[in-house]
Amino acid sequence: MARTPGELAGARPGPAFEITVDGRAVSALPGQTVAAALWAAGVLTWRTTRGGGRPRGVFCGIGQCFDCLVTVNGVANRRACLVAVGPGDEVRTQEGEGRGELAV
Amino acid sequence: MVTGVFDLVVVGAGPAGLAGAGTAGELGLRVALLDMAEHVGGQFYRQPAAGLGAARPEALHHDWDAFVALRKRLAAGRVEHLGRHHVWAVERGADGDWAVHAVVGDDGGDGRPVRVRARAVLLAAGAYERQLPFPGWTLPGVVGAGGAQAMLKGGLVLPGKRVVVAGSGPLLLAVASSLASAGAEVPAVIEASGYLGYARHPRALAVNPRKLAEGLTHGAALLRHRIALRTRSAVTEAHGSERVEAVTVSRLDARWRPVPGSGRRIACDALAVGHGLVPGIELGTTLGCGTRTTADNTLALHLGSGQETSVRGVWGAGEVGGVAGAQLACIEGELAARSIAARLGRDPGPEGRVRQLSSRRTRLRTFAEAMAATHAPGPGWTGWLCDDTEVCRCEEVTAGRVREAVADQGARDARTVKLFTRAGMGWCQGRMCGAAVSCLAGDGQPPAQRRPLAVPLTLGALAGQGPEDASEPSQSQT
Ligand SMILES: Cc1cc2nc3c(=O)[nH]c(=O)nc-3n(C[C@H](O)[C@H](O)[C@H](O)COP(=O)(O)OP(=O)(O)OC[C@H]3O[C@@H](n4cnc5c(N)ncnc54)[C@H](O)[C@@H]3O)c2cc1C
Ligand code: FES
Repeated sequence: MARTPGELAGARPGPAFEITVDGRAVSALPGQTVAAALWAAGVLTWRTTRGGGRPRGVFCGIGQCFDCLVTVNGVANRRACLVAVGPGDEVRTQEGEGRGELAV
Repeated sequence: MVTGVFDLVVVGAGPAGLAGAGTAGELGLRVALLDMAEHVGGQFYRQPAAGLGAARPEALHHDWDAFVALRKRLAAGRVEHLGRHHVWAVERGADGDWAVHAVVGDDGGDGRPVRVRARAVLLAAGAYERQLPFPGWTLPGVVGAGGAQAMLKGGLVLPGKRVVVAGSGPLLLAVASSLASAGAEVPAVIEASGYLGYARHPRALAVNPRKLAEGLTHGAALLRHRIALRTRSAVTEAHGSERVEAVTVSRLDARWRPVPGSGRRIACDALAVGHGLVPGIELGTTLGCGTRTTADNTLALHLGSGQETSVRGVWGAGEVGGVAGAQLACIEGELAARSIAARLGRDPGPEGRVRQLSSRRTRLRTFAEAMAATHAPGPGWTGWLCDDTEVCRCEEVTAGRVREAVADQGARDARTVKLFTRAGMGWCQGRMCGAAVSCLAGDGQPPAQRRPLAVPLTLGALAGQGPEDASEPSQSQT
């Protein structure tokens, strides 16, 4: 019986690359979404809510709930479950609306 | 022939849209197939991203062969697949054609808006999960059951090592067996209904032997992975500080009220939860398409025998017409394509084929209604909410605040609750809290599915220099 999803699907991913999550180096695989890369690294949350400041991450997994909003390379409000990671991406926890991170 | 106008735009490349686009292409129509995902497949046939190099993508699926066949038909016909296109509205042009508006990119953020024009539109946007809140459901590690499935199929990742699967509906069994075969420990599947409910619909079962077989396959998978199945029970609380550490499972009475004192804790580091699916119909309702209420109190598009909506020129197929699974989605997609071909003056193919598909559709729809009735949330579920349980995740509105709007401020329906509390006004536009707010408001109505923008837009995209046509059907093909 397979012990990991990768083994089950017979995955032979392309070479891993590095991204940073709040400044910390994390390894990611080509094709993964930001959310998948973070789950694989054991990170479940990357946003805090506007009101209560509570941690959030993936909920619906298909782009419908917007709980997974995150700041990627300085752009806030990206849906981590949809956006693909690229080498060197800087992922930052998004606080509240994430407006402070926006360029405008 | 009008330059730049497709015969058909299909929104959604899941089983329904694939079958629709493939058939239409074979019948000689020029088709554009739009989906927000990069790859075709939809929810059922979601596959690992190419970069993950999965040699056995079929390991996480059943019926993979059917998908391979669908993809082949797509390639053979005149179908232009436009991935990463997020459709935000469909609009009738002055000339009677349709304009389908989309933004492009992984999450629609890549800038310029596009427009695709066509003589007919097939809505095949699928469904999303219905959520019923409970104390602790916003804790890290609590994810949608379909969401866990999607993350697994697409990203080959798991939310935790020991995952409880809970809620209601047949999807839970599929999710539990996928998670377990991918290496997660699944201590239990917690189903709020009883499977005995199906016995009340003997005809629906008798004419759908394949559905019974599917049920048995899932049952066997649960046994193989030693997953306990607890029916008439629900997760009534998730516990933990940094992330979920355990859940409380309570027995439910026939109306889904938790039985006091019946709670038992199960340790876990993730919970995959969902209470059935809600048809994603806002592109249709915004156009004025009529709806019907399903047996589990969701709104679905009202569709005629040829799959046309009440708006002439707009068709629907798959979950948008009521949640019924991938097999029916394929049948409906093909039926819609044949009906569209006939409308556009093309040969819709053999009549016998349409009759055969129609009778299969009737059979499977009967089963779907039985399934919806069996798993429909009972009214007593609100009994597991505490006043401080968040109901609206986006705007952080609690059950207590909603109850106050109802009891003290006289709100009688979800719309008024929304105005008083902001529940449903956030990013997800009420997709996650709609069912709960309707129940708490006590209006007995399925949550309205009216969203003028089906996907979020930046002001820049809205104000943009006017949409440009995304892609013109290539002239060489005509
Ligand atoms: C999260 C989730 C996971 C599921 N997993 C399973 C499973 O493992 N097994 C199972 O039997 N059933 C599963 N289902 C049930 C599933 O709905 C059906 O089995 C089947 O996929 C329905 O086919 P469809 O073509 O009607 O819709 P879908 O397969 O849902 O396809 C709809 C497509 O439309 C696209 N779309 C939606 N809105 C837009 C828009 N505005 N712009 C552009 N594109 C859009 C979506 O990206 C999607 O690809 C799942 C459902 C959900 C919501
Ligand atoms: S997890 Fe719901 S939008 Fe990303």
